[in-house]
Amino acid sequence: MSLFKNSRHLALAQAQVVPDSELCVQCGCCTYNCPMEIDVRSYARKGLPILESYCLTCSECVNRCPRGVLRFEKITNPTGS
Amino acid sequence: MLVRYVIIGSGIASLSAAEAIRQRDSTGRITIISEESHDFYSRPGLAYYLRRDIPEKQLFIRSAKEIRELALERIHSQAIHIEAKQHQVQLENGQIVPYDRLLLATGALASSPSFTGNHLRGILKLDGLDDTHQLISRARKAKRAIVVGGGITALELAEGLHARGVKVAYLLRGDRYWSDVLNEEESKIVMDRLKHEGIDLRIKTQVEEAIGSRGEIQSVRTNQNEILPTQLLAVAIGVKPRIDLAQRSGLATKRGILVTPYLQTSARDIFAAGDCAEILDPQTGKSQQDILWPIALAQGRIAGANMTGEELVYKKEIPFNVTMLAGLKVAIIGQIGGGSQNDDLVSVSRGESETWRLLPKTILVESLDQINRIRLAFGEKSLQGALVMGDQRWVRVLKKLILHQVDVSAIRGALTNNLHQILPRLEQKLNEWEHRNKT
Repeated sequence: MSLFKNSRHLALAQAQVVPDSELCVQCGCCTYNCPMEIDVRSYARKGLPILESYCLTCSECVNRCPRGVLRFEKITNPTGS
Repeated sequence: MLVRYVIIGSGIASLSAAEAIRQRDSTGRITIISEESHDFYSRPGLAYYLRRDIPEKQLFIRSAKEIRELALERIHSQAIHIEAKQHQVQLENGQIVPYDRLLLATGALASSPSFTGNHLRGILKLDGLDDTHQLISRARKAKRAIVVGGGITALELAEGLHARGVKVAYLLRGDRYWSDVLNEEESKIVMDRLKHEGIDLRIKTQVEEAIGSRGEIQSVRTNQNEILPTQLLAVAIGVKPRIDLAQRSGLATKRGILVTPYLQTSARDIFAAGDCAEILDPQTGKSQQDILWPIALAQGRIAGANMTGEELVYKKEIPFNVTMLAGLKVAIIGQIGGGSQNDDLVSVSRGESETWRLLPKTILVESLDQINRIRLAFGEKSLQGALVMGDQRWVRVLKKLILHQVDVSAIRGALTNNLHQILPRLEQKLNEWEHRNKT
C-alpha cells in the first residue's frame, strides 16, 4: 500500500529537481528560497540533479526561478550512481 | 615558464575564462583588471535584487573557497592602452601589466539619452552593482520615478522601483511595449499587467528635457508639453559593446571587437569574449548582436581554453532567453519578430538578441488561453522561432526543434489546425528525430 495519500504527493516523492544549466543566470533565487538551505544554484550551474536527501521536493525553487531553469523529473536511478 | 594570463573585465565571460584557464593550467598567473571592485556577481540577478526578491549577498556567484582555488590576482583600475607588440597593458593608475595572453571581456554599457539636461544627478542606468546601489539609495528618498526605454531592462527598472515603493511612470515613445519582438496581443498583455500593478504607463510620450535645480533632477518636460515632477529618471534605451580600449589600441572593430571563431582578435595573443566581441558571418559579412549571459559564459569558456593553447571553435547557437515580463515568464527562441519598429531602443537591450527581431515568411499565431500563449514561426522546412508566454511546458520541445532545425515540413498542411493539435505532432517529430540521431 502506498505511503502517500494522493497522487501529487506520490509524484513528488518519486521526483527530483533537475536543472537546464544553459538557461541559468546564477541569480540565486532558488538557493535563497530553499527552506532546507540547499545550495540549489551550485547544482544548477553544474547541470546536476538536486540529489540531496534533505530535498523536500517542495517546488519552492522550481516556482521561484524566474528563468524556468528547474523542473521535476521522475527518478530513474534513485541511488544516483 | 609560467604563462601570464591577463583578463580585462569582471563579468561572466571573464569568470568563465579564468575557470577554463585554471582547469588546464594550475600554475599560470591569472590577473583580472577591472574598474569594479566587487566579487563576481550575477548581472541578470541585479533586477531581482532591485525588486527585493533576493538580498545583495545572494548575487555573488562563487564561494570564498572557489575564488581562492582560482588563485587570481585582481587589480582595481582601468586599462587605458594595450601595446600589442610589447605584450603589455597600461593602466590608469600608471601600472604596466605584461601578458603572454590577453582577454578583453569588457562587456557592454548602457547608451546615454540625448535630451537636454541628460547630465543631471538622479538620471540613472542599470549596468552594474554600483548603479543598483545608486538606484536603491535614491529610491529610498524619491516619491516619484520616471523610466524611459524598452526591452527587458526598462521593465526591470519600472517594476524594481515600483517594488521599492516609488510611484513610477513608464514612458513609451511608440504605442506599445517591445514592438519589434512581441506582437500586438503580447504587448497588450504585458502593458495591461503593468497598469494593473500600479505603474503609470504612458504611450507616445518622450522626454524632451530633464529639468533640474542645483544639478539635481526635479522634473521632465515631455513631447506632450507636460511637466512631470520626479526625483529619479531611469534610462534603458539599449547597450553598446565597450570597444574604446580596443579601438585606441589599433584592434579591428565594427560594432564590437572583431574576433575569429576561435575568439582571437586581429592582434596576436589577444582574445575577446562576451558582449564586447563580434563574430561576422562569413557569408553575409554581417552579425546579429546578442547581449545574453549564456552566450558570454560559453564564449568565456572557449576563449579561456584557447588562451592555454587549445583550438576550440565557438559555434553560434540559436539565441534563447527566458525572462519575466510583468510577472509572466516569457521564452523567446530564434526568429520571432514582433512586426513593428521599436523607437524605445537605440541599440540592443540587455538580455536580448537582434535575431529575435527577424521575421521569417510563415507565421502561425495561436492563443491557448488569455495569458498562456505560444507563437510559432515556420520557415520552409523547419521551425525558425517561438515565443512562449506563461506556461513554459512546451519550451523544451520547441527549443530543440529550432536548435536542430528538425524537418517538420510533413505537418505544414496541418498548420491551420489549432495549437492543441499541432504541438503534440511537433513533439512526435522531435521524438522521431531524436530516435534517428541516437547512436
